[in-house]
Amino acid sequence: MTGLAFDIAHLLGALVLTLSFALLYQRRLTAAINVVAMQAAVLAAAAAWQAITRDSPHLFATAAIALIFKAIAVPLLLHWLIRRLNISSTVEPVFGVTLTMGLGVGITALAILLVLPLTAGETLLLREDLAFALAVALLGPLLMIARRNAVVQVVGFMSMENGLILAAVGVKGMPLVVEASVAFSVMVATFIFGVFFFHIRERFDSLDVSRLEEMQGERHS
Amino acid sequence: MTPLLTVLGVPLGAAMVLAFIANWRLAAWLNVVASAATFAAAAALFVADRPAPGNLLLVDDFNIYLIALTAFVALTTAIFSASYIAHEVERRRLTPRLLRFYHAMYQAFIGSMLMALSADNLGLMWVAVEAATLSTALMVSLYRTPAAIEAAWKYFILCGVGIALALFGTMLMYLAAQPALGEGMAAVTWSSLLSHAANFDPALLNVAFVFLLIGYGTKVGLAPLHAWLPDAHAEGPTPISAVLSGLLLNVALYAVLRFKMLLAANPQALAPGPLMIGMGLLSLSLAALMLYRRRDIKRLFAYSSIEHMGIAAFAFGMGGPLANFAGLLHMTMHSLVKAAIFFTVGHVSQVKGTQRIADITGLTASHPALGWSLVAGVIAIAGMPPFGVFTSEFLVVSSTFARQPLLALPVAVGLLVGFGALLLRLHHLAFGPPSANAAGSHAVPTLSLIPIWLHLALALVAGIYLPAPLVAWFQSVARLLG
Repeated sequence: MTGLAFDIAHLLGALVLTLSFALLYQRRLTAAINVVAMQAAVLAAAAAWQAITRDSPHLFATAAIALIFKAIAVPLLLHWLIRRLNISSTVEPVFGVTLTMGLGVGITALAILLVLPLTAGETLLLREDLAFALAVALLGPLLMIARRNAVVQVVGFMSMENGLILAAVGVKGMPLVVEASVAFSVMVATFIFGVFFFHIRERFDSLDVSRLEEMQGERHS
Repeated sequence: MTPLLTVLGVPLGAAMVLAFIANWRLAAWLNVVASAATFAAAAALFVADRPAPGNLLLVDDFNIYLIALTAFVALTTAIFSASYIAHEVERRRLTPRLLRFYHAMYQAFIGSMLMALSADNLGLMWVAVEAATLSTALMVSLYRTPAAIEAAWKYFILCGVGIALALFGTMLMYLAAQPALGEGMAAVTWSSLLSHAANFDPALLNVAFVFLLIGYGTKVGLAPLHAWLPDAHAEGPTPISAVLSGLLLNVALYAVLRFKMLLAANPQALAPGPLMIGMGLLSLSLAALMLYRRRDIKRLFAYSSIEHMGIAAFAFGMGGPLANFAGLLHMTMHSLVKAAIFFTVGHVSQVKGTQRIADITGLTASHPALGWSLVAGVIAIAGMPPFGVFTSEFLVVSSTFARQPLLALPVAVGLLVGFGALLLRLHHLAFGPPSANAAGSHAVPTLSLIPIWLHLALALVAGIYLPAPLVAWFQSVARLLG
């Protein structure tokens, strides 16, 4: 891999991670959805770049799925859902932005410290991609914990999947099965999330998950 | 068509057909017929030729018995489900439209579990476990009550994160295998991984296993990742509680064990035992203590499932022929007995019109058949002789005592604490003056009691006398597990 090709791949990987951090401080639902859409678009570019430089055309399929489905279709669906259900557009974080960002930095450092020594025999690009991917995959759950809002939890889940696909395109010769299945799972998962929203909407006026917890099984009797 | 393809094809075909059948009575019977066909095909696996390893699917001594067990419990649950849903429709808790969805999802769920059990390809196994998660999450929310939606949401989020971590673990496994096996399918095929595991990079293998244990362990319900399990069991329809406890937890544990076998084949890799022992002990102790504070009858037995999966994980963590044997027997016995208990509890909550333990008393007086079935089931699951759970728990404790006496102590304490809680609740549920029945409740049809008695009879037979061929079979699998 030439110097420039490596630099671009590296840049795209880092951008995916940066966008994960950008997700952590969004207070508006629509902004969070846009950020995760942007992350999916960058991921698509990263997959396409790998397809070109490594001459593995099946990665174009992964890129196309990420771009069409995750960067365009799902965000549009989520925006529509928010309008349709009149969901309030601001989200109160459970804990402050500073703390969330601090935890995020800690998680990223841990991911790098775990992956880099582990993969000493692999190429530099793969090692860094894997470290970034693990960080992104762990920042997703952090976002889901930090915001008790069903839409943000979907966004966190999607960003987690973005991280996993970044890892999958970085690993050389990973069979297509896995990529296709990830894309498939996202499709199904989002569909189901959508179904859930409707049922939540039928019963509650807000999508605030903490209100659901008032109904916890042990207490409702 | 080979029996294996029939086992996988019938549920998928049935799911598609059932999605279009509006008459729920007909659908319930078709559900039973399809499950019976699946079970017959699964039984035929024992005499059929096995597929050559190295492809997408695999049949070996280990999974063939779990496939048969899964198909069997799926069949008995389908029989129970037919009378259960008839009652729910009468009480207007379920509509025919929802039932169409329910039957299609039931078959899809059984099919994806069987797929996960027979997969040789790690990617296929992952997809199948994910499909099983999605279909059950939908069924947990079937009643559309706030509590059911919350339970389904929690289940979905927690298991979604778990399954994503399992995928990362699968990728690391590929990365570890790639230098030895080259690029492509061979490096994600379990049987070829096993034969080359000794050459893998041990550090990568270790980290992969940790991710896989956390990922699939979430689905086993091992503490501290068990939070979804009680809610999902308590709020969904009872047939789903039975297959969740009796089958899905086993499938997830099976996935963990497959990866444990890979680690065991590499001498430099970390011993996976202590991790599983730790999580198993934590689950056992935590669940045993939690049993005392349960007020909902289905939640009570959900915690008991966490306890028993903890025991099985502990046994496999100990390893060695005897402990593995005990673990396998325990998985089987727990499936049979716990499914029988959920069948009974389903009928109990229907005739009493409530799931609150405080409102249910004197079952043996008001409904002798149900009451005594519950007594037998709880005695069996609490680990009293002469039922099979006693045999397996006794083997777990005694084999641990022989090797690590200090570890046997917390196991024995956990078992006793859980035992006390269950007997306390049983006394309240089964004896004393009977509580009022639900308005319009009628006698439970005998046909739907047959699955309960069949399961308990099998557990009883296993407790008194395990046939020699079965023992030889379990022993060969126990050696395979290392």
